[in-house]
Amino acid sequence: MNISVLFAALGGAILVWLFLLQRLKTKPWLEQGVIEEGGAVNAAPQRVGLWVFLAVVTSLFGLFAIVYNMRSQFPDWRPMPDPGLLWVNTGLLILASVALQRARTAVAREDLDGLKPNLMAAGILTFAFLGGQLLVWRQLISGGYYLATNPADAFFYILTALHGLHLAGGLWFWARASNTVWKGLESRPVTEVAGVRLSVTLCSVYWHYLLLVWLILFGLLLST
Amino acid sequence: MAYVAIADRDHHLHDPDTFITKYIWSQDHKVIAIQYAITAIFVGVVALVLSLLFRLQLGFPDTFNLVDPNQYYQYVTMHGMIMVIYLLTALFLGGFGNYLIPLMCGARDMVFPYMNMLSFWVYLLSVIVLLGSFFVPGGPTGAGWTLYPPQAISEGTPGIGGGIVLMLVSLAIFIVAFTMGGLNYVTTVLQARTRGMTLMRMPLAVWGIFVATILGLLAFPALLVAAVMMTLDRVVGTSFFMPEMLSLGRELDYGGGSPILFQHLFWFFGHPEVYIVALPAFGIVSDVLSVHARKNIFGYRMMVWAIVLIGALSFVVWAHHMYVSGMNPYFGFFFATTTLIIAVPTALKVYNWILTLWRGDIHLRVPMLFAIGFIFTFIHGGLTGLFLGNVTVDLPLSDTYFVVGHFHMVMGVSPVLVVFAAIYHWFPKITGRMFNETLGKVHFWLTLLGTYSIYLPMHYLGILGVPRRYYAYGDTDFIPASAQTLNSGITIAALIVAAVQIVFFVNVIWSLWRGPKADPNPWRATTLEWLTPDTPPKHGNWGPNLPEVHRWPYDYSVPGEKEDFIPQTEPPHAGVAAGRDHGVHH
Amino acid sequence: MLLAVALVLLVLASLAFHFLSPWYFTPLASNWGLIDLTVNVTFIVTGLVFVVANLFMAWCVVRYRHRAGHRADYDPENTKLETWLTVGTSIGVAVMLAPGLVVWGQFVNVPEEAAEFEAVGQQWHWSYRFPGEDGEFGNVDIRHTSPENPFGMDPDDPVGRDDILISSPIVHLPVDQPMQAWLRSKDVLHNFAVPQFRVKMDLVPGHVTYAWFTPTVVGEYEILCEELCGFAHHTMRGRVVVDERADFEAWLDSHPTYAETMERGQGDAALGQASYAYCSACHGRDGQGILSLDAPAIAGMDVEYTARQLRYYRDGVRGTHPEDAVGANMRPVMAVIPDDESILNVSAYIATMPAQTVEETIFGDVERGERIYGSCAACHGANGEGIWAVNAPALAGQNDWYLAAQLRNFRDGVRGAHPGDLYGDQMMLMADILPTDDHVDDVVAYLNTLSGGTN
Repeated sequence: MNISVLFAALGGAILVWLFLLQRLKTKPWLEQGVIEEGGAVNAAPQRVGLWVFLAVVTSLFGLFAIVYNMRSQFPDWRPMPDPGLLWVNTGLLILASVALQRARTAVAREDLDGLKPNLMAAGILTFAFLGGQLLVWRQLISGGYYLATNPADAFFYILTALHGLHLAGGLWFWARASNTVWKGLESRPVTEVAGVRLSVTLCSVYWHYLLLVWLILFGLLLST
Repeated sequence: MAYVAIADRDHHLHDPDTFITKYIWSQDHKVIAIQYAITAIFVGVVALVLSLLFRLQLGFPDTFNLVDPNQYYQYVTMHGMIMVIYLLTALFLGGFGNYLIPLMCGARDMVFPYMNMLSFWVYLLSVIVLLGSFFVPGGPTGAGWTLYPPQAISEGTPGIGGGIVLMLVSLAIFIVAFTMGGLNYVTTVLQARTRGMTLMRMPLAVWGIFVATILGLLAFPALLVAAVMMTLDRVVGTSFFMPEMLSLGRELDYGGGSPILFQHLFWFFGHPEVYIVALPAFGIVSDVLSVHARKNIFGYRMMVWAIVLIGALSFVVWAHHMYVSGMNPYFGFFFATTTLIIAVPTALKVYNWILTLWRGDIHLRVPMLFAIGFIFTFIHGGLTGLFLGNVTVDLPLSDTYFVVGHFHMVMGVSPVLVVFAAIYHWFPKITGRMFNETLGKVHFWLTLLGTYSIYLPMHYLGILGVPRRYYAYGDTDFIPASAQTLNSGITIAALIVAAVQIVFFVNVIWSLWRGPKADPNPWRATTLEWLTPDTPPKHGNWGPNLPEVHRWPYDYSVPGEKEDFIPQTEPPHAGVAAGRDHGVHH
Repeated sequence: MLLAVALVLLVLASLAFHFLSPWYFTPLASNWGLIDLTVNVTFIVTGLVFVVANLFMAWCVVRYRHRAGHRADYDPENTKLETWLTVGTSIGVAVMLAPGLVVWGQFVNVPEEAAEFEAVGQQWHWSYRFPGEDGEFGNVDIRHTSPENPFGMDPDDPVGRDDILISSPIVHLPVDQPMQAWLRSKDVLHNFAVPQFRVKMDLVPGHVTYAWFTPTVVGEYEILCEELCGFAHHTMRGRVVVDERADFEAWLDSHPTYAETMERGQGDAALGQASYAYCSACHGRDGQGILSLDAPAIAGMDVEYTARQLRYYRDGVRGTHPEDAVGANMRPVMAVIPDDESILNVSAYIATMPAQTVEETIFGDVERGERIYGSCAACHGANGEGIWAVNAPALAGQNDWYLAAQLRNFRDGVRGAHPGDLYGDQMMLMADILPTDDHVDDVVAYLNTLSGGTN
């Protein structure tokens, strides 16, 4: 039932949004000529695409969280220990997010000197986070918490793996942007500089989002 | 100015020069659409042949012996899964969505052409993995297309070795492909519409595909979650869905899981999936009806709202598939109510289709025949849905042939009639040639009458109490011998309907090769896809300048105009807008 | 024009089919007349819409067909008409939904005076349990399940000692008594459905579900599994016999309580050895079977299976079909072991006899036989070893000529058709995959290659 409420709310929100922004109440047969407002979304396709993708990822993680919650009500649920290393990893991911945000501000100011170190730091911190997650897995395995030991363990592995995979996908875009930056932007055409700016901006959005997902997942893991 | 810039921005069209980049690794949405369509139809034909094999078993249980019980369940499973996911979903969104969205919105292509290409190849991979399960030891899974655990992965079900794993992997791959395509469709609609194309000026076909894609993007993750968890249950031995249980007298290592949890996840995807197929069909049929009735679609705003409302509501009705599943029976009250509420916007759509014909100027060409045939079958399928959606009425009918009859009418025959309507409707634009009208009519009549004589009787077998998913019935007291005769009749009708589809393929192939050259706008339609400078449209669709939209897509038979249609690109001219507000009757 | 005629004809044909065809609800045999009422209300409302909508459409197709000079109206929307249609549809929907919800309320809430029984589903048969004198069910857990304790009763729970166990797919219920069926599955999903009662509900392993009904007509009805439960799903049949109360009670009393089944034991082989002397005349001293007497090898057979077949011979369930001359030979012999106890004893003795090697007499296409046996293996085991949980005897080590004869008998309805043969109908349904004697020979030839060991 809680799923239905969530999705009804989501659907309702989309509906309201469409009504407010996109004038679903207009009588299109009465209007002729080019209408300037209410046309295409005035944003780069990559940005629109990212937001749509985030909606999909929200659905995926949201459903996992709901199933996690439902499954944890059953009597055979044995909560996992909460490895202290997870706090460290969380810190790393927060720092990565901060670094990307600074990179974003720098690139908006066209401040290349501010961009490079922050971009680099974000990448290193993210790799460190992923490494830290692997370390947590090793700790758990050596503690006898295998995938099939208990659904609580299985969920932990699935959710961290899924989250890690999404971050790894983000790192690919980060790597592409960094590559262009390090080759030097000075001699590049304007469009490419704009491309880098867009990439860095979208990376920061994506990182913030995955940080949020992680914080929710972490909260979920701690709460059971 | 700004709009041209947005729509045209960043489109460095990667112009193909060799055969391979033009037709194989193509990034042109039209080529990708055709690749999607051909693959989907091919795999659909496979599923059709499977259905004939098990229909022969059901109709003539002692005569043919083509399938044993294992194969029977395997074929039933693969038939269902292929038809729902790999044919209908892929064809409507990957096929028609790909072809129509950029053309109808006035875009040069999808916004992410490279990802669009990948989407097709990943989809093809999912099909290959799925069909590959026929060739692994133990064969494909025979768990039923709903794949309910524990039976889907425990002894006594065919294909619990490689078959079920490949099925789950194939579904996961399909979801990846769908997501890549879906991001494109949604982003293209939101971002790449041409100047003047407001949301409320989009043809309903685009609306249907757009909302269906959003549903798919939000609902397929549920299937992914279920597939990942079931794969782990099967391969690693986790107990997400697997309870403590025996299997043929042996105790298994599972414990504590909930089979009903899987059903919730499956139907949380599965019910929106019905609308993922239905909404594009609704949209496309609206446009076909309007064009061939020379009349604006009746109640355009209501039609858009209904699509959006049905889409939103489809997320809160899923458990009507589970009234007798053993879930908390009190859920029945909630889900019966939401399910019957969703009938209201759906009924309104039907009324508006019929009211579009009312006071129209109906040209009964082949696409129109299929569209009207669709209204008939959809009324039938929709009304029987009211039986199954209403929790008490569902009690005697659930798990019987009534269900089989219902969902084949509403989700099989109806969308497929729309697929044919759409193919005949856009064939001249896609290929630049006309199809043969007579063969098209033969195809229509035999398909409509044949399918109705397959599925109408099935409902009554269901009311009698004949259960579905039975390999054979043997002697069952309450099933009279006449029911078996009826079953044989159904099988014969199925064979005829299948054979008639050959007429369709012959028509398509012959017309491609020898059909007369088509007019760029043979149906005298208003929407943008008919206004391309070339037929079939070239890569980039529009030549040097994007079209500019000045009106909604349904300006048919506008009073005071000489022609009975005004293309969307036609600028306003004085003196004709009189009487637009309230209908003018001739 | 043709299309309009076709639409009208389709509507008329649908109505004709509805009213004239012989296929409709089975006569109601429970209290759930209200369910039929909701179905009929739905038929009336939807039927009206079906007829009106399609006839109107047919009329439109004729009236507004394209003619030279004719032009369509320009009619973007009609808010008033659409509002009326919305209101009308909503009323129609409410007319169907309201009774549906009320009746569902009755289905969900079991009346106080309902008596209880439990239907236990497993691949691919039914068994039942009644709570006994104390009116309460004892604890069960599938971890306790074994050939001796197929219900998985908790041996330490005193409440369960008087539970009455029905190890047969046939259950009797008293007429006019509200019954709550508790539904429990040992393995996968099943569904308890009796078409004449109208209600059905899934059995879910790990949960206990329920349905309730009052049988109102004395008679015999089939129980069907209606949730796919594996490849032999269609053979999972049960029967419910609705009796007058006195008959029901007599039937119930004839079944053992859990305590009694525990005391009954598994037969005394030493006592059985004496009776075996009569058997040895045909089956041989070592139970090796004698072809010239049509007597198969029996040494080492499973106790339960042997005892069940002997009871069938005694009760005329087996060996009474006019074409079963060989089986008829067993009937007079049963005078020697007339009671259940001596049958169990001799079966126990037979089970202790070392299995004999049998001679091959049938040679067929082993490869095709192996493919066919794929359908048999789920119950009889990949090595033909038999599986107690599905009541399937071992096949490996049996005389091939006997197996072939029995398969033909099942296929032709010579064996298994008697209503008292509890699991015979399953073999009759499965024998559909052996349309010719060649198929029979092939699968038997493959059985000759099997060891009977459990891997």
